[in-house]
Amino acid sequence: MVEKQFTITDSAGIHARPASALVGALSKFNSDITLEYKEKKVNLKSILGVMSLGIPSGATVTVAANGADEAEAMARAEEVMASEGLSN
Amino acid sequence: MAQSLSGIAASNGIAIAKAYRLENPELNVEKKEIADSQAEVARFEAALAESVSELEVIKERTAQQISEKEADIFGAHLLVLSDPELVGPIKDRIVSDKVNAEFALQETANMFITMFESMDNEYMKERAADIRDVTKRVLAHLLGVTIQSPSMISEEVIIIAEDLTPSDTVQLNPEFVKGFITDIGGRTSHSAILARTLEIPAVVGAKTAMATVQNGTMVIVDGLDGNIIVDPDAATISNYEQKQAEYDQQKAEWATLKNEATVTKDGHSVELGANIGTPKDITGVLENGGEAVGLYRTEFLYMGRDQFPTEDEQTEAYAAVLKGMNGKPTVVRTLDIGGDKELSYLDLPKELNPFLGLRAIRLCLEMPDLFRTQLRALLRASVHGNLKIMFPMIATLDEFRKAKALLLEEKAKLQEEGVSVSDSIEVGIMVEIPSTAVMADVFAKEVDFFSIGTNDLIQYTMAADRMNESVSYLYQPFNPAILRMVKMVIDASHKEGKWTGMCGEMAGDEVAIPILLGLGLDEFSMSASSILKARAQLKKLSKAEMESHTDHILSLSTSDEVEEFVRTNFINA
Repeated sequence: MVEKQFTITDSAGIHARPASALVGALSKFNSDITLEYKEKKVNLKSILGVMSLGIPSGATVTVAANGADEAEAMARAEEVMASEGLSN
Repeated sequence: MAQSLSGIAASNGIAIAKAYRLENPELNVEKKEIADSQAEVARFEAALAESVSELEVIKERTAQQISEKEADIFGAHLLVLSDPELVGPIKDRIVSDKVNAEFALQETANMFITMFESMDNEYMKERAADIRDVTKRVLAHLLGVTIQSPSMISEEVIIIAEDLTPSDTVQLNPEFVKGFITDIGGRTSHSAILARTLEIPAVVGAKTAMATVQNGTMVIVDGLDGNIIVDPDAATISNYEQKQAEYDQQKAEWATLKNEATVTKDGHSVELGANIGTPKDITGVLENGGEAVGLYRTEFLYMGRDQFPTEDEQTEAYAAVLKGMNGKPTVVRTLDIGGDKELSYLDLPKELNPFLGLRAIRLCLEMPDLFRTQLRALLRASVHGNLKIMFPMIATLDEFRKAKALLLEEKAKLQEEGVSVSDSIEVGIMVEIPSTAVMADVFAKEVDFFSIGTNDLIQYTMAADRMNESVSYLYQPFNPAILRMVKMVIDASHKEGKWTGMCGEMAGDEVAIPILLGLGLDEFSMSASSILKARAQLKKLSKAEMESHTDHILSLSTSDEVEEFVRTNFINA
């Protein structure tokens, strides 16, 4: 399993557009991928799950991937986080 | 048999076509026990697949006919339909509880809806509406009910609806939608403003259209007089076709005035400008012979999205407008949000009296970072044309001074950064609060111009909420109280060598125009589609003559007396 922490720098937090991009990109992987915020863990392939966390700007979140393509999935997560302006 | 209804004329012209009812169907879900749950899961998957392909078409059409950005909302809907946390539990429930797909869908979706609705964030609360919207589409497929989507219309129709939401209106294609009728709304509601921008005839506030008009029935929408004829006979149709022809002829006559200056019979020039909401509206302004943009409502740049527009995005939009106007005066109003206009991503506390609350310049001064971003974008765009900046809802001189100080600070910063900024930007204010009208002589020493916002000035002067139909009789643009205030503002500006414009609905009104000319108004800003008609009227009027009637008009006692005097002497004469 790989795990990584991100600090959300986008002034609006994780809102619909970047959440859509993140979920859309990660749904293609076979690994189980989760997003954790304030001890609540959701499926990162679920737009409703990600949105339900209501992650604000400045929050620290943890992404974890577990499976055959976990390394690729994590790399992709980092890439989308950066390209959507969610974190640096 | 022919039947007639009446409402509020919201957008000029006449349309005759079949009625298309845009309904909000009731979807009733009953819990049923299912014997073959695998077949039920398959039925659910089929409904899901149908919804997906339907949404893909709507998304595509919206992207083609409207814009990629407006199509994004349907992209988000598609993602919800493939959400494992939604689809998985629904299937599990069908199998484990042996219930029908409709019930499993509704129960699961409701859980998410409740969860989003209970979140302490307006933006997230609105996402509940998205889930409801998507769920409804799938439910409709399960129940065999059709959900209508305006973008799927492919024949000439007149839309009949309770009301049109912004997401309905983004899907309206003027090629097929010839007109619309709504049961609620007024002349200044969003759907009415949109109709005038698209130049399609519309009647709003018809109250009983949905209860009266059947699908496919022939309907006449008379957006000139606010009438609706349902199932007209041949004679009535031909009458209206003639009225339409006359209107088209008049429009053609007006069109010849497109490139002419607005000069009265006695040689006095005034400027006719347009009110716009987006850079796209510039085409309509130029096609209708607009000499200026008298009001660019920048709040549309902030609406229908999920975060603030960046400085670069804003600079791009403002530059597009300034370039499009090619050196003609362009008055940009800074953010006017709050009141009835909310931003989903700006979580403001609910107010008891939002129209009297934290809105427009008050909000901008409270959140200076937000305001500074807009000011910087305006300054950066200023080199592309003739920019004038206007602050909305100014109640005190102090507010104006603070706003202007922020503008000058940002200007100095930009210049330090080596960014070029125009040196001839006029800075003015909206006059829409009585305190400012009364103090206009003092303001006139410091501002470069005034623009009178009549919708709000009337609402605040008469103490009548313009969204409240029970007090709509108090919306009296010709009330001498309003006219006297308008005179004070114009006189005060002229005394200091400044100018006054008007950018409310009143500026394009045929009864108001002769009065305003007499009062000395310098700039009239209105819906682009009203400009040529106003120019035709102004060319036939004499400034000196109207001036000579001003004292009499201002001495009349009521709004009705003023209207009658002007109609008798200068319109029907």
